[in-house]
Amino acid sequence: MRNIWIIWRKELRSYFVSPIAYLLLTMFALIFGWMFWNMLAAFVVYGMESQMRGQPMPMNINEEVIRPLLSNIGVIGMFFVPMITMRLFAEEKRSGTIELLTTSPIRDMEVILGKWLAAVTLYFSMLFFTALNFLFLFKYGNPDWKPLLVCYLGLLLQAAALLALGTFISTLTKNQIIAAAATFGLCLMLWLLSWTSSYETSTWAQVLSYGSIVTHFESFARGVIDTKDAIFYLTLIFLGLFFTARSMESLRWRS
Amino acid sequence: MISVKQLTKKYARNLAVDHISFEVQKGQIVGFLGPNGAGKTTTMRMLTCFLPPTSGGATVAGFDVLEQPLEVKRRIGYLPETPPLYPEMETGEYLTFVGRLKGLSGAELKKRVDYVCERCAVADVRNKLLGRLSKGYRQRVGLAQAIIHNPDVLVLDEPTAGLDPKQINETRDLIKGLAGDHTIILSTHILPEVEQTCEQVVIISKGKLVATDSVTNLQNRARGAESLLVEVGSRDGAVDSTIVVKRLQQIPGVSRAQLKTTHGDRNVYEVESQKGFVRGELARAVVQAGWDLNELRPAAVSLEEIFLQLTKAEAPVEATSRGAE
Repeated sequence: MRNIWIIWRKELRSYFVSPIAYLLLTMFALIFGWMFWNMLAAFVVYGMESQMRGQPMPMNINEEVIRPLLSNIGVIGMFFVPMITMRLFAEEKRSGTIELLTTSPIRDMEVILGKWLAAVTLYFSMLFFTALNFLFLFKYGNPDWKPLLVCYLGLLLQAAALLALGTFISTLTKNQIIAAAATFGLCLMLWLLSWTSSYETSTWAQVLSYGSIVTHFESFARGVIDTKDAIFYLTLIFLGLFFTARSMESLRWRS
Repeated sequence: MISVKQLTKKYARNLAVDHISFEVQKGQIVGFLGPNGAGKTTTMRMLTCFLPPTSGGATVAGFDVLEQPLEVKRRIGYLPETPPLYPEMETGEYLTFVGRLKGLSGAELKKRVDYVCERCAVADVRNKLLGRLSKGYRQRVGLAQAIIHNPDVLVLDEPTAGLDPKQINETRDLIKGLAGDHTIILSTHILPEVEQTCEQVVIISKGKLVATDSVTNLQNRARGAESLLVEVGSRDGAVDSTIVVKRLQQIPGVSRAQLKTTHGDRNVYEVESQKGFVRGELARAVVQAGWDLNELRPAAVSLEEIFLQLTKAEAPVEATSRGAE
């Protein structure tokens, strides 16, 4: 545990002494704010129109703003994952500091968990700042806070899974650009896998669609914790970290 | 302290380290010598548990590198060829991080960081970013991180590579000062370094162990007989070298004499003798013949020559083994 904490602290520190963390936080907050503002404005205009027509429709801020907004953020988050994970191992391999880690009395898994948790923490702080936007909703309206929390849990789980895969890819190369590009490609593919289900109903299409990372977010977006989907993300996290461990071990046999 | 037995590392095609065995006693400085690509770094990486051996094994402080890597890592300090520094960290902070990694904490950690900063003369750059340090400082910070947990064994991969002569001397002194408390293996392809810093030397070439002995023994072994360099000249121009050689050979005790080098009028002859003092006889003979004795000195055999001899001797063996494949 202590070793994981040592690595976690060091990784977080290097995110925050370089511009990386601030850049990601700012960009994410900007994009989120822009989407939030637009969706909310549309919601307000729509609400006013429906009142002027004299037959007000029942409107739900959770269903019409929070859910689509956070679904979109789930996809936007995928673009940020490679930028967070690309340096985790690739940089250490390039600069040779990996030799320090692997010759210290510390287990590979402790290194991996420390790094991955640091990445998750950074992502968490990105989400945390976006949550501030919702304070306005609570001030001027009465959204349901439980589904909102579940949504955020889903976002975090989804990102944690992708970050685990990104961490794995980062162990494969010395080049951060390659790590980023490969992670980005993988994230996109995991998203687009669900497209098969729109025209096909065969078993294959269903299996592929099941592998898609966004289809599992839908239940969270609705505000429901579906064990099946949670397990899907947890499995991906486990797989990603497992492959990372294998890859780190193979570094020694190959290098 | 370190015992290496039949250590072998095979990469996809080539044999990087080929059945190497040697022992290192506690408190010794051992020079690990070989041309570039001989397998020095690979061997060191196996000792530090960075790479697993293909076959054979090694124990460090009584622990096996394959069976108990964590125990070995606790007792070893390692400076790789490029010091493993994080450019975005400050020196003191980096040393604290490494100290924690090696299992130190609290007041002891602070004490050790202060100590190694002092010992390796990096206290004045304690609050500087590692990325901004000069090569010499980077190397010293590298050494400082290697000794932070006061390890029994220090493994230093080319600790003086890329330094200027003054820094090389400082680093050598530092390493010498560390001996005694630590058992040190240091690799290099610079021969004087071994002569100056090490007590014991392990020479490898093309992955094979060529020699392992103390530095003085090796020098004696290569020297065999005493050999002298004699410079003979004359005021009336050059002396015929064949006459000089003939005269030198007549001196009792001299087994061989030959012309070694010529600089204009100055001829230097190499004279080998069986054990015993022939210098007096030699000087007298030269002077009596009417020549000038300009210089008379023992030809110290440098490790360089031993090294070349040893690695040359290995070459035909290598060639036949390759032919047999």
